[in-house]
Amino acid sequence: MSKKIHVTTTVNGDACEFLCEPQQTLLDALRNELMLTGTKEGCSTGDCGACTVVFDGRLVTSCLVLAVEAEDKTVETIEGMAKGDRLHPLQRNFLEYNGAQCGICTPGILIAARALLERNPDPTESEVRYWLAGNLCRCTGYDKVIRSVLAAAKEMRGA
Amino acid sequence: MATILEQSGYNPDRKLKVVGTSPVKHDGMDKVTGRAKFGADLMLPGMLVGKVLRSPHPHAILKSIDISKAETLPGVKAVVTRDDFPEHRQGTAIGDLSRNVMAREKVFYEGHAVAAVAAISESIAKKALKLIDVEYQILPHVIDPVDAMQPGAPILHDYLRTKGVEGAENKRTNVVERLELKMGDVEAGFKQADVIVEREFKTRPIHQGYIEPQGCVANYTEDGQTELWCCTQGHFVVRAQVSSILNIDSSKIRVTPSELGGGFGGKTTSYAEAAAILLSRKANRPVKIVLTRGEVFRCTGPVAATHSRIKIGATKDGKFTAAEAEMVFQTGPFTGSMFHNAAQAVFTRYDLKNAKAVAYEVVSNRPKVNAFRAPCVPQAIFAAESVIDELAKKLGIDPIDLRLKNAASEGYTTIYGQTFGPIGVVETLKAAKRTDHYNAPLGPNRGRGVAAGFWFNRGGETTGSLSVAPDGSVTLLLGTIDVGGSRISISMMAAEELGIPLDKVRAVVSDTSGLGYNMVTAGSRSTFASGMVVIDSAHKAINEMCKRAAKIWGVPEDGVVFEDGHCRPASSNVGDFEPLSIADIAKQAGATGGAIAGHSELNVTGAGPGFGVHIVDVEVDKETGGVRVVRYTVVADAGKAIHPLQVEGQYQGGAVQGIGWALNEEYIYGEDGRLQNPSFLDYRIPVASDVPMIDPIIIEVPNPKHPFGLRGVGEVPVASTLGAIANAVTDAIGIRPYELPMSPPRLLKLIEQAQKGKGG
Repeated sequence: MSKKIHVTTTVNGDACEFLCEPQQTLLDALRNELMLTGTKEGCSTGDCGACTVVFDGRLVTSCLVLAVEAEDKTVETIEGMAKGDRLHPLQRNFLEYNGAQCGICTPGILIAARALLERNPDPTESEVRYWLAGNLCRCTGYDKVIRSVLAAAKEMRGA
Repeated sequence: MATILEQSGYNPDRKLKVVGTSPVKHDGMDKVTGRAKFGADLMLPGMLVGKVLRSPHPHAILKSIDISKAETLPGVKAVVTRDDFPEHRQGTAIGDLSRNVMAREKVFYEGHAVAAVAAISESIAKKALKLIDVEYQILPHVIDPVDAMQPGAPILHDYLRTKGVEGAENKRTNVVERLELKMGDVEAGFKQADVIVEREFKTRPIHQGYIEPQGCVANYTEDGQTELWCCTQGHFVVRAQVSSILNIDSSKIRVTPSELGGGFGGKTTSYAEAAAILLSRKANRPVKIVLTRGEVFRCTGPVAATHSRIKIGATKDGKFTAAEAEMVFQTGPFTGSMFHNAAQAVFTRYDLKNAKAVAYEVVSNRPKVNAFRAPCVPQAIFAAESVIDELAKKLGIDPIDLRLKNAASEGYTTIYGQTFGPIGVVETLKAAKRTDHYNAPLGPNRGRGVAAGFWFNRGGETTGSLSVAPDGSVTLLLGTIDVGGSRISISMMAAEELGIPLDKVRAVVSDTSGLGYNMVTAGSRSTFASGMVVIDSAHKAINEMCKRAAKIWGVPEDGVVFEDGHCRPASSNVGDFEPLSIADIAKQAGATGGAIAGHSELNVTGAGPGFGVHIVDVEVDKETGGVRVVRYTVVADAGKAIHPLQVEGQYQGGAVQGIGWALNEEYIYGEDGRLQNPSFLDYRIPVASDVPMIDPIIIEVPNPKHPFGLRGVGEVPVASTLGAIANAVTDAIGIRPYELPMSPPRLLKLIEQAQKGKGG
């Protein structure tokens, strides 16, 4: 068996290290090496968005990033979204508007929505829909997901 | 005392405090923080990775399987094949199930499991799969159900004989069963008709499309005990299945359900669980198997393709005189499509006296078909509602008015013999007609469609318990899986019944060791049936608390009543006592006889049938054949919406699943019988930018057999979708599509044909 590769990275602000095989994905490393199972695997081909994380400031599907690429980079996952016991407004509004039904797509959607609101604090319904078009949800029909995001945006603008 | 099933205690004048509000659900916090543990999320010390080897052929004899090279690969801890599974007789329920999870004599579909491996890493497990030598003798295959019915079609099972057909005893066939339901005199009914419309329809196979692939962890210990963790809609059913597949006592298997990342019917059976247990037994270590998305598409619960013929006759003034349906449902290699639902539901919402419904179930070289939200009903309703739409146009009657003229109501006896209590067909139709949506003008290239739908709603075997802690807070132990908000809704009903704040109640889904047997969460039954056992448990706990209060006060038991969360003296004659709250009584429970709890085990009856109407506007691009849904309204009868926001979510989610089914989703098979689109890229479910907001309208015609009047709400929302969209597309382009999905290439062809027709 070939030797594993040592990776030093920063996840949700904490320095961390893990060992991985060259073909392992960032998603796999987050879940199985770092035990951060909040990031979900729905397809492993970049089609469903359940594994969405922020990687070095970019929104990515972590199943399409190799774990070794995380060397000296930063990764942000759902586990880092709340600050202590203070939920992110998106998380709060998803609770309030029932934006999560079964919840499997929710971490990916929250991470993607946060990235949207950082770039565009006042998105239209259409802009939210197109931004989240890479995050599949089979339960909600998207209605309450979109409403949750729009309500969070409004709250964050202080409107 | 009458049981809750005989006397629900439904009271329309009851003032409700909790039921009917929409509090934040208790399971929400874990879901928005990433803590919620789904099927793939359990990690155990020493856990191995399990992988399954699957057939590349749709139909072949399994001549031999050589695992010797795989077994000796360093890091491989166990390999299992059919030889490790007990043999069960072919053609029995357990024979089918065991052969579906591990092929025995033959493989019946591309993706059929032939071996499984457990290794110390995923990469080694994958390598090991490549080292297994399987010798197949390839057989001709058949996928389309009508093709499979033809003489000379490849036969899947030598032993299969058609049920329900005389003289079929000696004929090899792929037809599992012919079911015929009849009422009145159909021939005479058609003679009375002024207009008859008869059409044929086709729908394609689709997938439930849950985002969470099936995942499980099995841990078999040397004393013969098994712990199994998995994502399922019914952990008691999984236990029963693996117990019978492997000949292990159910009591030696403890199944703990994970959070469920979507199921929609597709997670009502087991797949890799039995193999994971066998691998764990061989390796003496826990084994996790998580399916890939490709495996989910190739091997799990797809939905039946259908061919159907519908004929309906009506008088000039729009009264249906007779209706007839003939429908063919494709199952996979084994029975289980639930095709009988279609024959029962196809016309059920109309006041028909003369009707006939014939349905066939046909085996084919596809994965074993599994339930999908109102199993087999949307396909049937699509066909029937398309014909009704055509009748409305022919008769010059508004489509909702035509349905109203024929709406079934209380006292109607259906084709399958059920006599309806209060139902909401008329109420939902009238509400739909009043909507702003139905009366709004349509823009160019747009069309509007409506369709009515039905689902039986179910009860069934259910257990649960309610325990009062010493501080007076309450834990509910539920035996049904929460797929769409049942824990919060059931907690609300318990809080209402006990007269305590919702915050004092928490519902937990028990593992299989904590309660008696429960059927799967399916058929829109869990909030209804688990709600019934929890309310029954609450009544028992209340009864016990009244006894304790009597003891504390030193009065006869019938001197105490329970009102508004407190035990009170039944009258001033009993004595002057300060009311005792649940917390007061719980605090003294030790001194008055021990902990207070209630439990209930019922085969729940009294589910209220559900009806709904969908209104949809579409815009058709005549150059590309693309259809955009621009406005959508779902009207459905919830009986009583316990948690309206959750009910809306069911309506909206059902509609969008139907949009995918109607417009885009289909399994595409090559000539070789292999699935060509087993990924979310090529099998495209609706994404956020494909759909508009979905307007939900909740109608409440109470079900008197439930203490709060509720009906199931999960399936009705998908039942009407296909028909409503087909009718809207027809309205937009003036040509009726008889085949789903109405995808751009298929629709473009229709439009071009029609234009040629006009031009010529």
